[in-house]
Amino acid sequence: MASRKLVSLEQTEHLSWLAKVELSEEEKRVFTEQLNRILEFFRKLDEVDTSNVQPTYHVVELTNVFREDEPASPLPQEEALRNAAHKKNGYFVAPKIV
Amino acid sequence: MKRLLELTLFELVDALRRGNVSREDVVDAYLSRIKEVDSKLHAYLAVNEEMRSNSSSEGLLFNAPIAIKDNISTRGLPTTCASKILEGYIPPYDATTVARIKAEGGLIIGKTNMDEFAMGSSTENSAYGPTYNPWNLECVPGGSSGGSAAAVAAREAVASLGSDTGGSVRCPAAFCGVVGVKPTYGLVSRYGLVAYANSLEQIGPITRDVRDAALLLSVICGRDPNDSTSVDPPSKDYLSALVVDVKGLKAGIPKEFFGEGTDPRVAEAVWRAIKLLESHGMEYEEVSFPHLPYSLPAYYIIAMSEASSNLARYDGVRYGFSAFEEGEEWVKVFSKTRALGFGAEVKRRIILGTFALSAGYYDQYYLKALKVRTLIKGDFDCAFKKFDVLLAPTMPLPAFKIGERIEDPLAMYMVDIDTVPINLAGIPAISVPCGFVDGLPVGLQIMAAPFHEHVMFRVAYTYEQCSSYHNLKPPI
Repeated sequence: MASRKLVSLEQTEHLSWLAKVELSEEEKRVFTEQLNRILEFFRKLDEVDTSNVQPTYHVVELTNVFREDEPASPLPQEEALRNAAHKKNGYFVAPKIV
Repeated sequence: MKRLLELTLFELVDALRRGNVSREDVVDAYLSRIKEVDSKLHAYLAVNEEMRSNSSSEGLLFNAPIAIKDNISTRGLPTTCASKILEGYIPPYDATTVARIKAEGGLIIGKTNMDEFAMGSSTENSAYGPTYNPWNLECVPGGSSGGSAAAVAAREAVASLGSDTGGSVRCPAAFCGVVGVKPTYGLVSRYGLVAYANSLEQIGPITRDVRDAALLLSVICGRDPNDSTSVDPPSKDYLSALVVDVKGLKAGIPKEFFGEGTDPRVAEAVWRAIKLLESHGMEYEEVSFPHLPYSLPAYYIIAMSEASSNLARYDGVRYGFSAFEEGEEWVKVFSKTRALGFGAEVKRRIILGTFALSAGYYDQYYLKALKVRTLIKGDFDCAFKKFDVLLAPTMPLPAFKIGERIEDPLAMYMVDIDTVPINLAGIPAISVPCGFVDGLPVGLQIMAAPFHEHVMFRVAYTYEQCSSYHNLKPPI
């Protein structure tokens, strides 16, 4: 089905970096092949003339739903931290950023 | 009186309120049923043994045991989305739908299996192993809410909640021979539903008959300040819509829903249902939806794009699995956490969504899909000027064998052909059992205009009361 190559192995690698999902060599190979087949299928949309069509982000015709800015009771600290794998002194522990 | 497990939700609540059965009888009956069959079905990821002692109010769902899909947050009960990345996660709050069920006295009996993060059509993508179809254990129950549908079909819960992003309530309902509703976008609060594709998904009931679906939807629907896209319907009283009368109603039969790839035996069962409704006074006419063939690619591009953004939150810092090691830099830690935590289909969708949203491809894929969505929605808007409902198959085929499609992502996506257009258009649809092929159930899909759930339920109820498929139960 895939006549043109839409994504190369290097692009799959780059996408995995962008998405922060490490892929094994085997995954890179299989995904590249599958991505090409799936994207080829997506190109079916090229048949449709959409030159004067607005995009639909959302089907509900609502804009700017406001509410009063009233304080409510937040989660207690221990509850908020309960599901964290690593915590210290009432904080989440995150990996080194800089 | 019928055996306790055979009572519908409506009948069970009535029996409980009259004192004909006790809460202990109900809880014992359902928990022992789960012990008896769930080792074969694997519909549940967690069973709430503590519901024996939870107190409940005498509301519309008084002491009825209801199962909840594992991507809907339940305070104090694990919510894993059938993913390793959320293994052991226990939400500190209830989803609005769960809170509303509890407020009406419903008991949460457990959390049901699903495709990981609701990505799939067979429940084979669960990180904890598949669910099996109660009608034939070699077949899939459909997905992604496969556990919720199998549990209701096999009498392991009286009713359940699923979520429907591209057919995830209706597909398993059709494959398991039960009723499933995808409500109008915005009718039901998504607060506490773990996000996959926000602009498409809704939580909906899975039940043994149409009356139960109307009852459960009336409990969970309506505006919620915690979901700014939720709105109140003109009326929440769906039970009053249940009349056996379709005289004067006009149905459109979109021929593209019966296209190539539709099992002729499925098409035949659906046509028999249409003729039955005609014999009760419904008029019908075939209609064409020119943009329907573009639904699948448009749906998958939008769903994957939204997913790649939504699932960016899983970094292992605040909750869930973490590959954290002291001193390792963040890109390495996050990438490893996500590599080990997500399954293959989830990774595939995140990567494809990242591609569709990336510079240079955004217009060609994502924006294009949103424009095609406008055209597909236009086809529906146009049809509902003329018709009260649209009738079609829910699925183009009966439940397939476990393992048959899982290695080929595109082959799996193809089975969603009749369900995804509904999510793109944001309209409501219900699947009701309408026959069997090779001993496996077939679903009739009834669609209505936005917030016209009443007419959808009226047609569904009329069909159900004039047929008998909803009275059949699986051999398990």
